[in-house]
Amino acid sequence: MSHTTVTGGAAPGGTTRAATRARRPARALPWARGAAGVVVFLLLAEAAGRLGVISRSALPLTSAVLARAVLLAGNGRFLADLGATVEAWAAGMAITVAAGVPLGLLLGALPGVRVATRAIVEFLRPIPSVALILLVSLLLGPGLRMSATLIVYGAIWPVLYNTIAGIDDVDPVAKETHRAFGFSRLDTIRMVSLPSAAPFIATGIRLASAVAIILDIATGYVTGPINGPGIGAYIAQQSSGTSDLTVILAATFWAGILGLALDLLLTGAQRRLLRWHHTRLGETG
Amino acid sequence: MLEVTNLTRAFGHGAAAHTAIEAVSLSVAHGELVSIVGPSGCGKSTLLRCIAGLIAPTGGRVVLRGVPVHDVPDGLAVVLQDYGRSLYPWLTVRDNVALPLRRTLRGRAARRTAADASLAAVALAGVGDKYPWQLSGGMQQRVAIARALACDPALLLMDEPFGSVDAQTREDLEDLVLRVRRERDITILLVTHDIDESVYVGDRVIVLTPGPGRVRADLPVRLPESRDQIITKELPDFVRLRTEVSRLVRSRDTRAVS
Amino acid sequence: MSWLRISWAWRWAVLVAGIGGWQLWTSRAGSSFFPRPSAIVTRMYHLWFSGPAAHVFLTADATGNLLPSLGRVLAGLAIATAIGAPLGIALGRSPVVTAYLNPLLQFARALPVVTMAPVFIVLFKIGTQMEIATIVFGTLWPILLNTIDGAATVDPVQLETARAFRMSAGQRLAWVIIPAALPKAFAGFRLSLSLSLILMVFSELVGSSSGIGYEMSNASNAFDMTFLWSTIVLLGILGYLLNELLAGAERHLLAWHTGKGRG
Repeated sequence: MSHTTVTGGAAPGGTTRAATRARRPARALPWARGAAGVVVFLLLAEAAGRLGVISRSALPLTSAVLARAVLLAGNGRFLADLGATVEAWAAGMAITVAAGVPLGLLLGALPGVRVATRAIVEFLRPIPSVALILLVSLLLGPGLRMSATLIVYGAIWPVLYNTIAGIDDVDPVAKETHRAFGFSRLDTIRMVSLPSAAPFIATGIRLASAVAIILDIATGYVTGPINGPGIGAYIAQQSSGTSDLTVILAATFWAGILGLALDLLLTGAQRRLLRWHHTRLGETG
Repeated sequence: MLEVTNLTRAFGHGAAAHTAIEAVSLSVAHGELVSIVGPSGCGKSTLLRCIAGLIAPTGGRVVLRGVPVHDVPDGLAVVLQDYGRSLYPWLTVRDNVALPLRRTLRGRAARRTAADASLAAVALAGVGDKYPWQLSGGMQQRVAIARALACDPALLLMDEPFGSVDAQTREDLEDLVLRVRRERDITILLVTHDIDESVYVGDRVIVLTPGPGRVRADLPVRLPESRDQIITKELPDFVRLRTEVSRLVRSRDTRAVS
Repeated sequence: MSWLRISWAWRWAVLVAGIGGWQLWTSRAGSSFFPRPSAIVTRMYHLWFSGPAAHVFLTADATGNLLPSLGRVLAGLAIATAIGAPLGIALGRSPVVTAYLNPLLQFARALPVVTMAPVFIVLFKIGTQMEIATIVFGTLWPILLNTIDGAATVDPVQLETARAFRMSAGQRLAWVIIPAALPKAFAGFRLSLSLSLILMVFSELVGSSSGIGYEMSNASNAFDMTFLWSTIVLLGILGYLLNELLAGAERHLLAWHTGKGRG
């Protein structure tokens, strides 16, 4: 199963290399450069709109989108939608981790079971969970239960596969040493395999989180406001009839910020919990 | 052949500045095998990289065959300590050896033949189709040597080439270097931290002081041309010289002796 | 070898047993939400695979809906790779430029692409262009960011060796940087592959007048559960085949990488 391991999602190492090159002022340099990049991008986009390079009838001006985004931040209804998306994300991710990690440990520790279930898993995994939206909405009816179900179906695979990959990667010497001290197999899994697989699991959870946000918004978008509040429902409503792209892009902006914030949250948690092991995480961010 | 004059290399600026080598001068004659030995952190690798043109010195100059070195010069090849990282894992052993030949040799078949000949010269005929990571450490380092020799260099630079192999393999590789040197018209500069090795393979041993590296001593090795791991190392001359080098390497004194 | 064969047999035996259990359970439950697998397979056959031999047994529905959907996935991935891979190599080797772009790239990656669908609908109208735009925009970032990471983290000793042997810039790119970046680029591509299926179905649900997703939407309105299930099974098989294809390509191109990991 090793070829299906997902280790990606890493940030470019460029910033760190730039930082080591020039010693002292370097710490602030990537930030300054990043900020400059953002400002230049916004100015260019604004100029393209004002000069007619991008037709204003096709895409609204950047300044208009940002102004609208500021307004949205004070809009109670939109905030409720944002909150509902976070809630569905949290519920879905909690179940995903609670189910995915033990399942991954089980399949990782028992190669026989893994081999036997492999064909089923390999068929279930690629089914895109958006394809299940219509079926699940007929089965469960709209609401958080449905969103969470779809999130779990889509997000569990990276957690499951990375847990298995983490178990595969455990140093056999460490395991044997522990077993030699007379610990049981279960203790060895708990005390050696799980901690040393933790960085892999953390990466899997971050990948799962990105999928979870996409699925929650897609679900809301496809089913519409029937499914209750959420960013997806908000965008579905705004885009029915003549769609006002300014609002949609402003909402998209906040959705992106939400995605970044949740990823930063997970990265922060990962760094705190796995301080002892940051080298194997590869990049962060 | 090689003239190094007042070579200095510093890293960083201001308070974080650190001088790796300072005012190093040495010369190597055509056909010589010179060992450079020193305690760890004495800037041996920095010196070698400056001579190879891989990094620019902050002071002094390197002249190879009458031409000042600015970039990597012609007729030079290097063998680095990290064979596991300097060989490309995505290429077979033969392709690893053949890759640098792309610059000089036209035609796949010609490069292939040259690579196989070079592999045979280090007693590795027949492993060309394997990947480096399928070979033992000693064999991988032989591949790195074969790759360097395939370019037919006038000057071969070796940076701690046998630092990561076991003792027995190390001795075999030392004898391989001596054999290569006998059979070819080649000048070799070998950086090592192993005192016995520096004396055993060298015509001369240059001792560097602990960082910043300066030349502490430049000692001729007066041992018979043909060397043997057992017999040579029992000779009183060998023992005397290795003791002297050892004393120089260990001492805190950084003044040059002559 | 024999052990491999036994595990292979096991794997499929468990799959067949699972399907058998599913058949038994659905027959007994008799729920309209859960059609029997036999009914699903029959439906799939009639829908898509009972065509004339000249069309490789594909029906008109299959050539009219399945193939376009598949084509959009492949076109989207191809465009995303054509942009992301070269750009990723270039940015990976230029840390300063990457430092300027990093926040924008991270934001683009974090952007849930589905929110952009209405924008693409307005820009490209309903149909293939809009779907491909959605797939490209969604799959570009994993490929781009992973390739940047792969190219930025090439072992300095490998690059120094290339310089010491005076390889030209082109040779260094072709023989050192690209092969070294390939494993990470592939990891990104694998993420993008599963994303592309999600986005294909999604964009067809909301912004298309043909394709698998569009048909699902119709079937759902008509409460045609067997059809919904048939599409889901078909997507599973399709995804399985695409994954196998990718795994095969990886085995071929990255044999050194997996082998090295094992050795």
